[in-house]
Amino acid sequence: MATDSLHHDAHADEHEHHHDAAGTKVFGFWVYLMSDLVIFGSLFATYAVLLRGTAGGPTGADIFELPLILFGTFALLISSFTFGMGVLAMNANRVGQLKMWLGVTFVLGLMFLGMEVYEFHHLIHEGYGPDRSGFLSAFFTLVGTHGLHVTFGMIWILVMLIQLSTKGINEQTRPRILCLSLFWHFLDIVWICVFSFVYLMGVL
Amino acid sequence: MLGKLSWEAIPLHDPIIVVVGIGMVLGALALLAALTYFRKWGWLWNEWFTSVDHKKLGIMYFIVALVMLLRGFADAIMMRTQQMFAAGGSAGFLPPDHYDQIFTAHGVIMIFFVAMPMVIGLMNLVVPLQIGARDVAFPFLNNLSFWLFAVSAILINISLVVGEFATTGWLAYAPLSGIEYSPGVGVDYWIWALQISGVGTTLTGINFFVTILKMRTKGMTLFRMPIFTWTALCSNVLIIASFPILTATVAMLTLDRYLGMNFFTNDMGGNVMMYVNLIWAWGHPEVYILILPAFGVFSEVIATFARKRLFGYHTMVWATVAITLLSFIVWLHHFFTMGAGANVNAFFGIMTMIIAIPTGVKVFNWIFTIFRGRLEMTSPVLWTLGFIITFTLGGMTGVMLALPAANFVLHNSLFVIAHFHNVIIGGVVFGMFAGLTYWFPKAFGFTLCEKWGKRAFWLWLVGFYTAFMPLYVLSFYGAARRMQSYPNAEWQPWMIVAWVGAVLIACGIACTLIQFYVSIRDRKQRQDVTGDPWDARTLEWSTSSPAPFYNFAHLPVVGDIDSFWTQKQRSLEQKEEVRYSDIHMPKNTAAGPIISVFAMIFGFAMVWHIWWLAGLGAIGVFVAFMGRVFNDDIDYYVPAAEVERIERAHQQRVEAQA
Repeated sequence: MATDSLHHDAHADEHEHHHDAAGTKVFGFWVYLMSDLVIFGSLFATYAVLLRGTAGGPTGADIFELPLILFGTFALLISSFTFGMGVLAMNANRVGQLKMWLGVTFVLGLMFLGMEVYEFHHLIHEGYGPDRSGFLSAFFTLVGTHGLHVTFGMIWILVMLIQLSTKGINEQTRPRILCLSLFWHFLDIVWICVFSFVYLMGVL
Repeated sequence: MLGKLSWEAIPLHDPIIVVVGIGMVLGALALLAALTYFRKWGWLWNEWFTSVDHKKLGIMYFIVALVMLLRGFADAIMMRTQQMFAAGGSAGFLPPDHYDQIFTAHGVIMIFFVAMPMVIGLMNLVVPLQIGARDVAFPFLNNLSFWLFAVSAILINISLVVGEFATTGWLAYAPLSGIEYSPGVGVDYWIWALQISGVGTTLTGINFFVTILKMRTKGMTLFRMPIFTWTALCSNVLIIASFPILTATVAMLTLDRYLGMNFFTNDMGGNVMMYVNLIWAWGHPEVYILILPAFGVFSEVIATFARKRLFGYHTMVWATVAITLLSFIVWLHHFFTMGAGANVNAFFGIMTMIIAIPTGVKVFNWIFTIFRGRLEMTSPVLWTLGFIITFTLGGMTGVMLALPAANFVLHNSLFVIAHFHNVIIGGVVFGMFAGLTYWFPKAFGFTLCEKWGKRAFWLWLVGFYTAFMPLYVLSFYGAARRMQSYPNAEWQPWMIVAWVGAVLIACGIACTLIQFYVSIRDRKQRQDVTGDPWDARTLEWSTSSPAPFYNFAHLPVVGDIDSFWTQKQRSLEQKEEVRYSDIHMPKNTAAGPIISVFAMIFGFAMVWHIWWLAGLGAIGVFVAFMGRVFNDDIDYYVPAAEVERIERAHQQRVEAQA
């Protein structure tokens, strides 16, 4: 809905329409996040129900390696901070700094994903894959869905790096960065729930 | 190379499918040939397929829905015919496997591909006009939603001739739908058709929620919104909150089937009742997603034709909100027999009965609107009156089912079938026909023929009672649902009556088709020049019919409920100052159809385990979406002179008629 500056001047006196297109976009993205949260809610509920469905296989306490998970958790938490720095840079109209912070966020996201891929690979290698029991199906799917979201977030970061290089910060890229930042923080909050309810309570 | 797909997949052994399949292919070829012969491809692509105009998308939703209605109804009449014959040991004409596919397809098609697109189509057509907006919040997503739905409808129809459809019933209960008991591709067709269209529906929910909250014209506070917009708002809240549950549930079933996971398996720690809980946690809100907008239609129709402001506007709104909230805490009444215990069942039973209270408020509001009004017996009003009576009856049988003790007896019997057809036909279908007749002139610029509309109504009404009252009776004799045949020959007379009812409904559908034909033929005489053929009350009638693509040359200012009505009473002579300005509009886009076609390829490939093609489809979706993301040329300005030309032409037509 963005308009280039020339058109914008020509229609400066007009207040009839989409004058708050960016605000509408960000609000719409909030609503999307809430619906996404329902997906995670369903997966959490399923995980809770299937927690004891180990079918003779391992429980959470048997397989979770907290130090590794803690490392990934910190990577993701710090990445929320670096993204926040990026948004501050955007508000100060410093495109170079914004790109730098996005890059750091991307690397931290990659570290988190690396941790997760290692964990999954390790578990499957041990014979504790998602088909081993209802509990493991629920575990892999809940954590994997979060990981899939992180992956999409990282692709989105790459897309924004390209757009920031070609277009800079404008009426089109600004709301996109804001939505992406919401998405990234949202994933952080979901991860905090995963870490608390799945891993911490799992080893208790 | 082609996964599980081979020539075996085409069911040449079943003459019914072969004939239908040949008919479908010939029909499609004839359509393609006609489009080519009349050189309509460019027009279709530029004016319709790539359009982001919410009114055109609404029309396209309705066209697909009507086509799918014919398909779903063909399934219905085959089931009635089968049950008419298959008494006392007779096998009928449909083998069990085919019969099971038919009742599954009937349910899936009627809910997802008829009722949903009709409801969403009406919202598209009406909501932006009612709130005085020029478009929805996200026009491209709106186009994408439609196409995701449309390609899923195509996927469902492909399953008729390539492979098979699910034999599980419309909700594909696990473990029956698991790989162990349904090794074929039927459930996979169900999965991907629902997943792809479900994404579209979720996007629609977000889109209209934001549209209604953010894009209302000046002065239109929430409590000045027309009731249809209110019901659409609540319906979209339900979509946003419930469709993700369906997405997650179907995804878990997919993982069970494709990767051998154990969410809903009998052993290995799976929990089959988790599936039933999750699917109904979506499924119950779903029925309110359908019925609330129908309530909205009846409210508009009855206020317009009784020439009275709707009785109890505020109670109507609060009743709608109450139903929205309650719809999330009743899901367990679909399976009282799960054995959750007396206290849990009592809670859900009572919650269910409580829904009758706000619904009763609504019924009284409609009746009191008629009271001392000057009710004009048009066909939308007939649908509304038919609804009030039929839906009230259906609601009462619903309360009967809400009694856990009674439910243990009635569970899975024809009583359930009779009940939900009672409320879905009497509520949603009647509502959609009322809405279609009522808003048709706004979409096309001429009214529908009343004579054939009334015939359709009476045939549907009488047909409904003839078809479904016998099912209530049969349920008391113990008749179960989904029977391919039954030993008890004493049931047969009732089955014959039910069949007659289905035939009457078929005549009703035929009347609607004739109604379209006659009305299009006589469109010159039936023209709606003023844009306000019913002397109605809400903003959509203040613009011309069909509405210009920008909806309003000047965005209206609202000071009241039924603002357009008050405006008409007050200022008949007052000419407004005519100065037009440029209008900002979104450009058409090919991204929606392209993304959706790749999504369909992905779905089809997943059904048949053709992994390379699935990868190709997924990459296609991604690349096409990136094409959209990197496209900056998405909007434009309609020059004031063009707006003036269009508005002047409309003015002249109105004056010429006056």
